[in-house]
Amino acid sequence: MKPDAFRDPTPRAAALLLVLAAAALPAAAEIGQIKTSKGQVTVERAGQVLPGEVGLRLEAADTLKTGPDGAVGITMRDNALLSAGPNSILSLERFDFDATTSQGRFDAQLQRGTLAVVSGRIAKQSPQAMTVRTPSAQLGVRGTDFVVAAGE
Amino acid sequence: MNSLWRRLAALALAVLLGACSTPQGNVVLLPDADGKNTAVFVKQDGGELLLDKPYAAAQLTSAGPKPATSSAAQVQSQFGAALAARPLAPAQFTLYFIEGKDEFTDVSKREFDSVFAEIAKRPVPDVLVIGHTDSVGTDAFNDNLSRQRAEVVKRALVARGISAANIVTVGRGKREQLVATGDNVAEARNRRVEILVR
Repeated sequence: MKPDAFRDPTPRAAALLLVLAAAALPAAAEIGQIKTSKGQVTVERAGQVLPGEVGLRLEAADTLKTGPDGAVGITMRDNALLSAGPNSILSLERFDFDATTSQGRFDAQLQRGTLAVVSGRIAKQSPQAMTVRTPSAQLGVRGTDFVVAAGE
Repeated sequence: MNSLWRRLAALALAVLLGACSTPQGNVVLLPDADGKNTAVFVKQDGGELLLDKPYAAAQLTSAGPKPATSSAAQVQSQFGAALAARPLAPAQFTLYFIEGKDEFTDVSKREFDSVFAEIAKRPVPDVLVIGHTDSVGTDAFNDNLSRQRAEVVKRALVARGISAANIVTVGRGKREQLVATGDNVAEARNRRVEILVR
């Protein structure tokens, strides 16, 4: 941005900033969205339990749970795709993403069940920046498509 | 008597196996669409293992990851439900505009149909439209034109039934050139909107 814009905030510049702020606000909280949902799916957020319906916008620290007949698929803001099978518990522990630079950090934990992962722009930009943990293992994701099961 | 001994022996073996390596899950690297530089690094208290070939697998155990090989059939039987729930991959499009205007070029008019089709496939589409210009004209003119171009795409999508609430538009003016030029260059490839469909 030009220094002029700071010295002389014209109405147009102010309006542009408002538009940018409005566009940035929902994106700051939203880290992804439920795109597919089958059977029993819930999302735990700050002590509340929400129905895990298609369209639900996800936030950092959300935990997704599927029942014996459940499955859920989510698309993250960095284009990563995560999908969990039945009897799974998946926590989206941390997600920071700069859409302009693709820099960020994504940590997820599969506490139980099965998970399929296609990594997104965060892992592509920086191979150390995405991890998936299970109760006993830590997976470093180097830009890839893989499946993981936790427990037996 | 004989069968009791056999049972005791089986129990001892199970305990022994359990003591040195309790199964704790598994990891399988899948073939990648791009097929380049894909790998998963598996780390446990007992050791580390790099999976870097399709269907290379690790058994997670209390003694560390054990190398294994999986197959498409095994993956399908264990992970079929998770894979079936995978969302459609995000799709990206670039549409081009006539110089100084918010009208598509003829080629992009036709390309617009594929954008619409991609969005229509999704129950809850999430569409980001980013408008750009070439470097002819002032910043103010191009900021405005880039926003208009993004808005034109949004209006065209809404006219075909896509919910406006699912479309975010942004104008970036002449700041982010696809083809680097100096100022005041009428470069057709920079007069574009980028559309991300998720």
